[in-house]
Amino acid sequence: MIKLFLMPLLMVNKQGQTQLPKYCEHVDINKHTLLETEVIKTCLSRSSERDFKLLYRQYAALFIVVGVNDTENEMAVYEFIHNFVEVLDAYFSQVSELDMFNLDKVHIILDKMLLNGCIVETNRTRILAPLLILDKTSES
Amino acid sequence: MSDIVERTLTALPGLFLQGQPGGGPAAAKAPFSSRLGGLVRGVTALTSKHEEEKLIQQELSSLKATVSAPTTTLKTMKECMVRLIYCEMLGYDASFGYIHAIKLAQQGNLLEKRVGYLAVSLFLHESHELLLLLVNTVVKDLQSTNLVEVCMALTIVSQIFPREMIPAVLPLIEDKLQHSKEIIRRKAVLALYKFHLIAPNQVQHIHVKFRKALCDRDVGVMAASLHIYLRMIKENSSGYKDLTGSFVTILKQVVGGKLPVDFNYHNVPAPWLQIQLLRILGLLGKDDQRTSELMYDVLDESLRRAELSHNVTYAILFECVHTIYSVYPKSELLEKAAKCIGKFVLSPKINLKYLGLKALTYVVQRDPTLALQHQMTIIECLDHPDPIIKRETLELLYRITNSQNVTVIVQKMLEYLHQSKEEYIIVNLVGKIAELAEKYAPDNAWFIQTMNAVFSVGGDVMHPDISSNFLRLLAEGFDDETEDRQLRVYAVQSYLSLLDVENAFYPQRFLQVMSWVLGEYSYLLDNEKPEEVINRLFKLLMSDSISSETKAWLIAAVTKLTPQAQTSSTVERLIQEFTVSLDTCVRQHTFELKHLHENVEVMKNLLPVNKSCEDLVVDASLSFLDGYVAERLSQGAAPYKPHHQRQEEKLSQEKVLNFEPYGLSFSSSGFTGRQSPAGISLGSDISGNSAETGLKETNSLKLEGVKKLWGKEGYLPKKESKAGEEMEASPAPLENAVSENMDQAGTRRDQAPVLAQSKEEKEKQLLASSLFVGLGSESQINLLGKADNVSHKFRRKSKVKEAKSGEAASARDLTCSSLHSPSHVAHEENDYLTALQDRGSAEAEEFPLGSELLDPESVSELPVVGKLSDCALSAPSLFADSDMEVFHPPSSAAASASAAAPVTAEIALASSFLEETTEDVRSGRVEVCSDETVTMSSYKLWKDDCLLMVWSVATKSGSELKSANLDIFPAENFKTSEQPGCCLPAAEAGSTKTFQYRLQVERPFTEETLSGSVSYQRVDTHAVQLEFSVNLSLLDFIRPLKISTEDFGKLWLSFANDVKQNIKMSEPQAALPSALKTLQEKVRLHVVDVRGNEGLLACRLLPSTPSLLHCRVHADGLALWFRSSCPALPDCLSYQCQKAIEGS
Repeated sequence: MIKLFLMPLLMVNKQGQTQLPKYCEHVDINKHTLLETEVIKTCLSRSSERDFKLLYRQYAALFIVVGVNDTENEMAVYEFIHNFVEVLDAYFSQVSELDMFNLDKVHIILDKMLLNGCIVETNRTRILAPLLILDKTSES
Repeated sequence: MSDIVERTLTALPGLFLQGQPGGGPAAAKAPFSSRLGGLVRGVTALTSKHEEEKLIQQELSSLKATVSAPTTTLKTMKECMVRLIYCEMLGYDASFGYIHAIKLAQQGNLLEKRVGYLAVSLFLHESHELLLLLVNTVVKDLQSTNLVEVCMALTIVSQIFPREMIPAVLPLIEDKLQHSKEIIRRKAVLALYKFHLIAPNQVQHIHVKFRKALCDRDVGVMAASLHIYLRMIKENSSGYKDLTGSFVTILKQVVGGKLPVDFNYHNVPAPWLQIQLLRILGLLGKDDQRTSELMYDVLDESLRRAELSHNVTYAILFECVHTIYSVYPKSELLEKAAKCIGKFVLSPKINLKYLGLKALTYVVQRDPTLALQHQMTIIECLDHPDPIIKRETLELLYRITNSQNVTVIVQKMLEYLHQSKEEYIIVNLVGKIAELAEKYAPDNAWFIQTMNAVFSVGGDVMHPDISSNFLRLLAEGFDDETEDRQLRVYAVQSYLSLLDVENAFYPQRFLQVMSWVLGEYSYLLDNEKPEEVINRLFKLLMSDSISSETKAWLIAAVTKLTPQAQTSSTVERLIQEFTVSLDTCVRQHTFELKHLHENVEVMKNLLPVNKSCEDLVVDASLSFLDGYVAERLSQGAAPYKPHHQRQEEKLSQEKVLNFEPYGLSFSSSGFTGRQSPAGISLGSDISGNSAETGLKETNSLKLEGVKKLWGKEGYLPKKESKAGEEMEASPAPLENAVSENMDQAGTRRDQAPVLAQSKEEKEKQLLASSLFVGLGSESQINLLGKADNVSHKFRRKSKVKEAKSGEAASARDLTCSSLHSPSHVAHEENDYLTALQDRGSAEAEEFPLGSELLDPESVSELPVVGKLSDCALSAPSLFADSDMEVFHPPSSAAASASAAAPVTAEIALASSFLEETTEDVRSGRVEVCSDETVTMSSYKLWKDDCLLMVWSVATKSGSELKSANLDIFPAENFKTSEQPGCCLPAAEAGSTKTFQYRLQVERPFTEETLSGSVSYQRVDTHAVQLEFSVNLSLLDFIRPLKISTEDFGKLWLSFANDVKQNIKMSEPQAALPSALKTLQEKVRLHVVDVRGNEGLLACRLLPSTPSLLHCRVHADGLALWFRSSCPALPDCLSYQCQKAIEGS
């Protein structure tokens, strides 16, 4: 298996508030906050590291943070973050931090791209097709 | 409906590409006025955590009211779910909504259903009990005609699904592999991948279908199957070599741009797919020239095509380089890869530089000369402002350390260490420094000083192994007596001077090291009286900052020093002070000291000087108690019972309440499990009396809720809190830790051409020459391994593996790969099993089947004498406690390879075993490895309490075998220990040497390989090392568990872990007796009872983990139901049983 423990994927804003955590392994809810605080602190100050590496990419006021283990190809994950943002951009047309309020949609998109810590889909059209159907049916 | 959806599905991509995304995004933009938007805004506007908590609690209570109101519509429920997700995300408990998430997934329309599933996947985890309620919905959706619903169901299954429910959906998902829509096929593959992750045994039969998915006409499906392959190849690459061609072809097509354009990412064709394929190829080609040759072309092409243009191509290049250096080397490719690394390292971009350093770190393990090419860049990176670059550089230096550059590299690491504040970095770095210091230390002073720095900075956070390794190194010493002495003296001196520093604080761990060394070796100092040392230790003892654990160490040190001291008032003061200590451990140590102090002669005997490495002779059989035991027995005391027997008795007594008349209504109520699956057909074949089910349900629920205080070994005490040990005192930096000879080392090898360079440049050159010394061509570099010409300074005597590495290196080429293929083992085992079976059935012809199964003792009751001739060549029965022991003849394969002499030796050896092993069953002897002089064979001895592996090494010529050593590599799932008294005197004298190892299971597994190496001295006096491996199966550790039906019932209820399995059979009615017989013979299960069409079996996993099996015949097969106290055991056992039954 791609030991791609894209472990936690987080989105945080500059105030350090979490917007979208995605865990690929189950983590106890009480540990979420601790872990996230630490991760956010780390990215905003950029100093420490645990037994997984933290990779982040900044889009305006939004940070997307991914924890990966040592065997992972960091650059591939780094570009995956960008791919994710591009998909969001296509769906929300001009994605902004406010779109993160559509928590469910963002999660659904991410579920298509990332599964059990593996990158499973990167083709933008294919990622969005099912979601667009959902939107269509719920409208009618 | 489904038609419309299907059509939309195909039409949508087009719509999307035209840039008119329909109503979707617009609709998505809309709900800003929604309650969630308000909530998020509210939270964002807040300034304190306290306010946030108040707001969220408010929100949660309003949500709670809404979701539990019966009038709430599904649409509102959907919105509530999203808000609940948000609240949970912020770390607040929203568990009241879990059940509603499941309901929403059950009842909602498409979008609502999706949100319901989403909430479930975010809220629950794999073993959450509510998850079982979702199974029905999933099954229903999988069968839906609406593709979107099927998609959703497949998505949730691949995210989170209860393991024990896999059989309920597996056939449905398998069907989906043939679906006409690619998205369904793709998701089905991903769902199977999930199953492979959580229960690999259950999807083993569909491996063929994975191959089909790999060849699917759709790229997405193929890509999905790669996840499964990557994982399987990682576990066992040899099974998939035949697929190399396919992977190469696929990669060629991808690289060549043959995929549809929408798979491109910034004009690079499917970059993540390329990376995945490269990774697979790297695993396949590792150490395999033939396979590697297949991929050279495509690797070359990948390198060529991925021109440096976009970030993602760097990722591909990085992976490509990694693969090129993983597979069997080809110089052309290596050159290109090295060039590529050079570009990365020299790049001004931090990300690229990092990637380059990471690649270099990997590559230098193969080819250290590459570091030479980039030495100046590496030096620059050492002072790079970015800490990540710095750390990666240190990691690289760590990999190229040798005995010539160790001082400089360790100095650099220490510099970084002193700047670091993060615990993780400190722990990591300290471990590396300690390792390097131990391996390459140039002299004693340097070693001790470096370790002092390690201990004072790493202190209490570092890995405890570091300090114990250090102490062992000091104690065991090296080959040179005077060296040992010097090192110890230096350590003692250094610690005494450290202790004399006023107001210095040291970590507890460091103080413990000091106290041990001082207690053990201060006698070496002539000018220092033991009284003085005791005084110092006492001063430390009285200090407030000492933890009670350290106090115990200190008192132990004082105790060792006391017999050497003439008279010491300090000792008496210490005794006075600490006999009243509140800490039990300290008090006990003090009392020991007190009583020993009263009798100095005994004390001197008990605590001899410098004997820490002498082995204590322990009478493990406790024979000195024999008289006492006999006396007690004659007085009517109860005889001793072994552990597992006591365990069983205790278990059967502990579970007091037996609710139902077990024997009578067995088939109707005996096995209605507490995890009665809601509406799943699996469980329904066992009809349950509802009242009794209820009763049992409550009973079992209680059991689960109860805190586990009592375990197998008795009371389970809480792990002692170590909080007390932590010290506020910050470690004082050691001034003398920075050794002077760093500078000397730096200048020693100053060969750099000194031209008109600035001073700074010169310094760098200097540093470079000292860092990279020993990497150049003057020392022979082996491409496939870092060969060190300089012998390590601190080489431990005791560690055979380390010590022999140098001598054995020359003879490495002799290392033979294991001759012992798995099939061979299987064959061997089958051999003896069939022999057994034959014999069993022959004897039991006159017995009705039931009695044969139920009463294995009957076999041994048969006249032994009569049978002896028949069985002379077959293995003895597994189950019969027969007194006679017959030896399986040496297997023909093994015997034919060896000459006559070893065979006789073997027989002699065998006879010497005879007395010892009469009660155990053993496998045939199998040759595991050999070279021109020796041959090594092994067999398994299935003892009642363990598995005993016996290896014997014999010389072919019959000449004497000198100093043979066996070394077993540590295995993950079990531990090995040498059986004391393993060398049999009879065999020792001759040409054969035998080793016995006891194997104990740590964790259940299905198949495992145990490998090790044997080294021996050849006549021409150089050492030879041979590697071998032996395959072990779970069955080697399974023993029958003889219990009564009643006990079975009690045990059954007390076990929480179960697995069910259906085996299809053509004639199920007739199958039970034969299946039971197979299980009894092949899996070594004990048949407890047979009632109508149900059978009860029991076994234990060594040493004493019980497992129970209930099997029942129904219309089209056999239902097996396993339960055990160990979570992983039922699954493994189920696999073995299935294999056994299907194989019979």
